[in-house]
Amino acid sequence: MASYSTSEFRSGLKVMLEGDPCSILDNEFVKPGKGQAFNRVKLRNLKSGRVWERTFKSGESLEGADVMDTDMEYLYNDGEFYYFMEPDTFEQHQADVAIVGDAAQWLKEQDLATVTLYNGAPLAVQPANFVELEIVETDPGLKGDTAQGGNKPAKLSTGAVVKVPLFLSEGEVIRVDTRTGEYQNRVR
Amino acid sequence: MNWEPSAALPALRARADLLAQLRDFFSQRNVLEVETPLLASAPVTDPNIEAYSLAQAPLYLQTSPEYAMKRLLAAESGPIYQICKAFRRGESGSRHNPEFSMLEWYRPGFDLQQLMAEVAELLIAVLGPRPLRFTRYSDLFQEVLALDIHTCSDAELCHRAQQAHGIDASALDRDSALDLLFSHDIEPGLGRTDYCFVENFPASQAALARLGTDEAGRSVARRFEVFINGLELANGYHELTDPDEQAQRFARDCHLRRERGQEVPPQDARLLAAMQAGLPDCSGVALGLDRLLMLKLGRHSLAEVLAFPAERI
Repeated sequence: MASYSTSEFRSGLKVMLEGDPCSILDNEFVKPGKGQAFNRVKLRNLKSGRVWERTFKSGESLEGADVMDTDMEYLYNDGEFYYFMEPDTFEQHQADVAIVGDAAQWLKEQDLATVTLYNGAPLAVQPANFVELEIVETDPGLKGDTAQGGNKPAKLSTGAVVKVPLFLSEGEVIRVDTRTGEYQNRVR
Repeated sequence: MNWEPSAALPALRARADLLAQLRDFFSQRNVLEVETPLLASAPVTDPNIEAYSLAQAPLYLQTSPEYAMKRLLAAESGPIYQICKAFRRGESGSRHNPEFSMLEWYRPGFDLQQLMAEVAELLIAVLGPRPLRFTRYSDLFQEVLALDIHTCSDAELCHRAQQAHGIDASALDRDSALDLLFSHDIEPGLGRTDYCFVENFPASQAALARLGTDEAGRSVARRFEVFINGLELANGYHELTDPDEQAQRFARDCHLRRERGQEVPPQDARLLAAMQAGLPDCSGVALGLDRLLMLKLGRHSLAEVLAFPAERI
């Protein structure tokens, strides 16, 4: 992998820090008029998800990380592993439950998800920002109550539980924002 | 392709107004406006400042007009000011642009107190009234970090910097550890409600200022910096006038550059000759004009006050 100097640090660049792949979030140039220049850098550790703040002397460099975000089709899971396929090459990848983490509750078979590969193996899985899922369990819908506020919990086909308006009933498909877990609208 | 200016038109008009106001300020004080070349045969030697060099001639773009203006002072120009562009390689960010506008002025016969008073008058005229605060470099370390920089060891300083900011301590020396702690922990809090003048910098950071002693007899640089809203705005010196001391500092800078594997630029023999002929006792200050405009307009990045920052040239 190439190495990158502080002046090349851009948001989204993937670098190695203390043995872990990290994604740069922010890079601020700090320099007294007469004095040493520094770069104050925020990075997300892609393994732990934690955000690190580190200061470097300007001109220092970090090794690039072999990390790639790839859109893949989610195939199925066997309880231990989740299986994904690259749509172009049909190459399959397996990610264990810990790596999939909270994303699991939004994964519907045949939907696209972003799989982050590190040295060719899945490191993290991110669902699409919006997914359409069927309600499998909720209290009976209140007909005509489309204007009123108020909501109720609904269990979706993937296991996620979201708050939905009172008028919705089982069997209906809704659109959910996976970043916030919030109901967006009824699809059908 | 971003062809449009990054600053809104009102910001560009405000720049024109600011320039007119500054010229009026100095004209009323009988300070002469001068112009010196942007090209230089010998850039500053300061190891922390890198000049752009030209490919087709043994010339550099100036990093400040300091040397040329001192030659005018030695030629008995009297008080002078200049508004010009300065260039510093590798300085880019929300508060830095590799090409920037500088206001620099010199006052023969002024000591630092007199010059700071004039800087304060200028700030009040441009930005409006605020209380003035005068403090010292070492007092700020004591106040903000509970560090006595007169007694704490290099290792202790580097350790503090590493603890607080995750930097590799082996990459730091005493001055860079001080720079880090000052710029990361102290500077952001300075000048929040006042115009903050910081004096008595460490002797090792004298640049082109003369050395003096504080009340405890310790050697300090006769320098000040001005901070407003956590932003470093100006840097003033009681100027070094001794040519031998100047030659020694050139040599020390070049030695340090060689050690660090940096380019070693030629030393300005004309400045030394002018100092031999006699640079009058004077104080001088350089002020970042783009930053001043940023403060005046309440903006948070230089791109908002520059027509075309480095990303758009």
